[in-house]
Amino acid sequence: MTDNNVLISVKNLEKKFNGVTALKSVSTDIKKGEVVVMIGPSGSGKSTFLRCLNLLEMPTGGTITFNGVDITDRNVNINIHRQKMGMVFQHFNLFPHMTILKNMTIAPMKLQKKSEEEANAEAMKLLERVGLADRANSYPSQLSGGQKQRIAIVRALCMKPDVMLFDEPTSALDPEMVGEVLEVMKELARDNMTMVVVTHEMGFAREVGDRVLFLEDGIIMEEGTPEQLFNNPQTERLKSFLAKVL
Amino acid sequence: MLLAEWFADIKADFILNFVKDNRWKLILSGLKVTLQITLIAIIIGVIIGVVLATIRSTYDLTKDEMRGAKKTIMAILNAFARVYLTVIRGTPVVIQLLIIFFIIFASSNNGVMIGALAFGINSGAYVAEIVRGGIMSIDRGQMEAGRSLGFNYIETMRYIIIPQAFKNVLPSLANEFIALLKETSVAGYVAVNDLTRAANIIRSKTFSPFMPLVGVALIYLAMVMILTHFVGVLERRLRNSDR
Repeated sequence: MTDNNVLISVKNLEKKFNGVTALKSVSTDIKKGEVVVMIGPSGSGKSTFLRCLNLLEMPTGGTITFNGVDITDRNVNINIHRQKMGMVFQHFNLFPHMTILKNMTIAPMKLQKKSEEEANAEAMKLLERVGLADRANSYPSQLSGGQKQRIAIVRALCMKPDVMLFDEPTSALDPEMVGEVLEVMKELARDNMTMVVVTHEMGFAREVGDRVLFLEDGIIMEEGTPEQLFNNPQTERLKSFLAKVL
Repeated sequence: MLLAEWFADIKADFILNFVKDNRWKLILSGLKVTLQITLIAIIIGVIIGVVLATIRSTYDLTKDEMRGAKKTIMAILNAFARVYLTVIRGTPVVIQLLIIFFIIFASSNNGVMIGALAFGINSGAYVAEIVRGGIMSIDRGQMEAGRSLGFNYIETMRYIIIPQAFKNVLPSLANEFIALLKETSVAGYVAVNDLTRAANIIRSKTFSPFMPLVGVALIYLAMVMILTHFVGVLERRLRNSDR
């Protein structure tokens, strides 16, 4: 943590579910502004890794240091740190009983004590950026999948996070809606947002990723730039994985 | 005319059972007692139910991340809640009423309060399971989304889970209150002059069972229909808010 550019430092991360090991000793540093893309077959542990980063899954071993604080320490108030880690889920998880605007402003208002006017103004600015300002007073059930996911992204952005975690953000979408969500994510990357993305979109990984991690059986099997991994895979596992998905 | 004769009979019966000796006052005060018992029992039941449901669902949802003393306390509370639910739901409400009246509060003879307490304790067990079912029926992604924004467990419950759960459980909860209203008709077992007992007293005096019994049956029916109507209005209003 002497390196000021490291935002999240993961050391020997391990996660077991009732004796089944999902992650074994994963270590990596995520730098500020970096876009890290995690790929791998299902069950490889990539989603578990992502969910461990904000402790939605409690790691059974190892440490995660975020902004210089070891958040796996029991005495750390994780809620404070989660405010700085936005998360986007596969199934959107918008709050169905609130309008889009309320979905976006409830956390800034309740947790950062922003006034309603200020929170609304910030939310509207973000809605305009993703072209959904006219849906501010709609309810999530009135939106398409792609719109929901774009809202989920800006909802997380309302907290002004230091990092955005994406857990297969396009896997539950109809094919024609994948593009609009990836476009928002690309724009975020251009704005230098630190991002950790679990995805099956190899095109996105290649185009936007600064670094790609290939997970298999709970370990990082291979890592490097997209060019290195996609054009010159070293392991047989990665070669056969790429042959199947590309 | 046969019909006119029949009407005349009914009228005489009505006067005998309700008008003579101001017997309608008995019905009215019985109705008041029934409503009192029901209302207080609902309040007690909701408080007990929400507390038990909170304990049970909190334990189920967070037992993996809790540690140390907190976990031990929650495990004990959870075990207590489970015993409570088993015992209360596993024994007849009349027996519970009699035990509370003749054993636990043997020295008191405030039948209304004891009745309300007994029915409240009983109803609490059912409300608890209804509310817990409502909380557990909310997709776990909602809890995760709330927590990922930085809300703690209680805040997530309050702003995100409970409002959705409430809407889901409203019909079952209304059913429980309606059942409770009708269940209070056994309060007469502990010398409470509720609506049912009022009818029974009149019957024993006039030796004419039809009018008092059918009369209070209609009063119960009317109350249930009114309650059902209001629940329907509330449900529709809640549904409008998210369409």
